[in-house]
Amino acid sequence: MADSHTSTRQEATAAPGPGTAPGTGAALAPGVTWHRRPGTGHRRRTRTVRVWVSAGLVAAVVLAVLVVPLLVPLDNQSVDLARKLQAPSLSHPFGTDEVGRDLLLRCVYGLRVSLLVGVVAALVAVGLGTAVGALAGALGGWADRAVMRLVDLFSSVPHLLLGIFIVAMFRPGVWPVILSVALTHWLSTARIVRAEVLSLRSRPHIDAAISGGASRWRVAVRHLLPGVLPQAGLAAVLMVPHAIWHESALSFLGLGLPAHEASLGIMVNAARGSLLAGAWWPTLFPGLFLIVPTLALAGLAGAWRERINPRRRSELML
Amino acid sequence: MLELRDITAGYERRRPVVSGVSLTVAPGESVGLLGPSGCGKSTLARVAALLHRPDAGTVTVDGVAAPGWRHRAPRALRTSFGVVFQQPRLSADPRLRLADLIAEPLRATGRRAQASAAVAELAPAVGLTADLLTRRPHEVSDGQLQRACLARALVLEPRWLICDEMTAMLDASTTAALVAVVEAYRARTGAGLLAVGHDRTLLERWCDRTVRWSDLAGTERVTAPGEGPAAA
Repeated sequence: MADSHTSTRQEATAAPGPGTAPGTGAALAPGVTWHRRPGTGHRRRTRTVRVWVSAGLVAAVVLAVLVVPLLVPLDNQSVDLARKLQAPSLSHPFGTDEVGRDLLLRCVYGLRVSLLVGVVAALVAVGLGTAVGALAGALGGWADRAVMRLVDLFSSVPHLLLGIFIVAMFRPGVWPVILSVALTHWLSTARIVRAEVLSLRSRPHIDAAISGGASRWRVAVRHLLPGVLPQAGLAAVLMVPHAIWHESALSFLGLGLPAHEASLGIMVNAARGSLLAGAWWPTLFPGLFLIVPTLALAGLAGAWRERINPRRRSELML
Repeated sequence: MLELRDITAGYERRRPVVSGVSLTVAPGESVGLLGPSGCGKSTLARVAALLHRPDAGTVTVDGVAAPGWRHRAPRALRTSFGVVFQQPRLSADPRLRLADLIAEPLRATGRRAQASAAVAELAPAVGLTADLLTRRPHEVSDGQLQRACLARALVLEPRWLICDEMTAMLDASTTAALVAVVEAYRARTGAGLLAVGHDRTLLERWCDRTVRWSDLAGTERVTAPGEGPAAA
C-alpha cells in the first residue's frame, strides 16, 4: 500500500493540462493515452488533509502549552475534596480529578512536561546516535566493529527495562526521565546514520575531496554530516512522540516524575481507582491528550519522511 | 616519475581485481591505459592517485614511496594528483555550487583567499559561463558538471593528472574540449597524465603511448625501451 503511494505520486503531480476532463487522461499524441491510476487523486487528497490536520493540532498544542501557563498558574495544592470527581461541566470542561483539581488545566500542564521531556530526550538521543553512527561509519574497521557490537549489546536488553534501571538510579525528576529515554533510544539513529555514512563514504566525491587535500575532519563535517542531517532530523521528530510515551509509561509505573507533578502518565495512573467508581473523565482526557498530539506529530514526521525518503520507509521506526 | 610496481588490489582480499601490475609514467608523459569495462583499470587508477590501498605493491612518486593511502598519505603528496572520475554526478558533492566545487580544494588546503581568483581564471578555461557557477550540480548537465570537476582537479596545479574514463559519459564535442583543456594545462605545467579508458581511438590520439590492459597484467615492466623521461 505504501509503495503504491510513491510510485503514483509523480503521475498525480503532473496534473492534466487545461481542457482535459479530470480522471479521463489527456491525449499526449495520437494513439497515446495517459492513464491515471484509480484512487491516486483521492489518496493524495487524504494525505494532504492529514498533513494539515496534524500541523493544525501540533500548532494548537504548542500554543496551548506556551500560553496557558502564562494566564492560569497551576496550583498543585489546590485540593478541594468538596469538588472531587465532578463530571465535565461548563466551569470544568474536562471535569475534576479524585481530589477536586481541574483536569483541563492539569492536562495542559502535563502535556507541557511531556513535550519538554519528549523534545529534549529526542534531541539528546538523536545527537548521541548521530555522533556514534557517524564516528563508526567514518572511522570504519576496528572502531566501527567495536561501536556496533556496543549497539547490539544495548539492543539486546528490552529498552523499557533498561530505562527503568536508569531512572531507578536517581531521585524522581524530569532529568532522570530524559536521561533514561535518551540513553535507550540512540541505537536506531546510530544504525541509520552509520549506514548512510558508509554509503556516502564510498562515493567518488569523497575520493575527490581527499585528493583535493581535505582532512578527515573536513570530509566528515563538510561532506558526510550534511548528507545525514535530513535523516537525523527526521529521526529526531519521529522520536518525540515515542519519548513522550516513554515518559508517560515511566510515570504511570510510578518511576518517572514525582507524584505531585502534573504528568499525563501520573494522571492516567491516578485515575484508575476513579474509573472503577464510574468516573471515566480522569482517564479519557489525559489519555486523549497523550494520544492525539503524539499522533499528530507522528503524522507530520511521516509526511516529511515520505518527502525526503520515499523508497525507504520501513527503516525508521516510530 | 610515477611508478606503480607489482600492484595487487581489490575489494576482497581473496579476489583481487588487479594482480601484479606494474606501470610507469614519466614526468610530462601521457600514458593511455586501455581496457574493457570491469577489468580493474579504474581500481589501478585509484591506487595510482593514492585513493585505494593495494593489498601488495608500491607506488613511488618522484622517487619517494607513498607511505600510506587516502588520509594516511601526506596532504602534499595527495594533492600532487588531480583526479577526474567517470561519473560527474557521483564525484560532485550535491550541496556545493559549481564555483564552490571548483574552489573546494583551495579551501581545504587553507588557501581560501585565492579561491575567487582561481575560479575566475579556471571557469572560462574549461568553458563554464558565469551563470553556471552559481548553480548546484543537479541544475547542470553531465558535460557541464564534468567541466567543473576537471577545473577542480586542476585548481591545485597537480603534477600528475589521473583521468578515469573522464569522457565516457560525454558527447564528442565536449570530449574534444575537455581533452584540449587537459593538454593546454600539461603544455603549461609539464604535468604527467594517466588517462584510463576503453576508447582506443581517443586514447591513441590523446596520449604519447597507449598500454593495453591485457599486455599489462602480470608483467614486470611496461615501459617500452627508449621511452622514459627523455621521450617526454
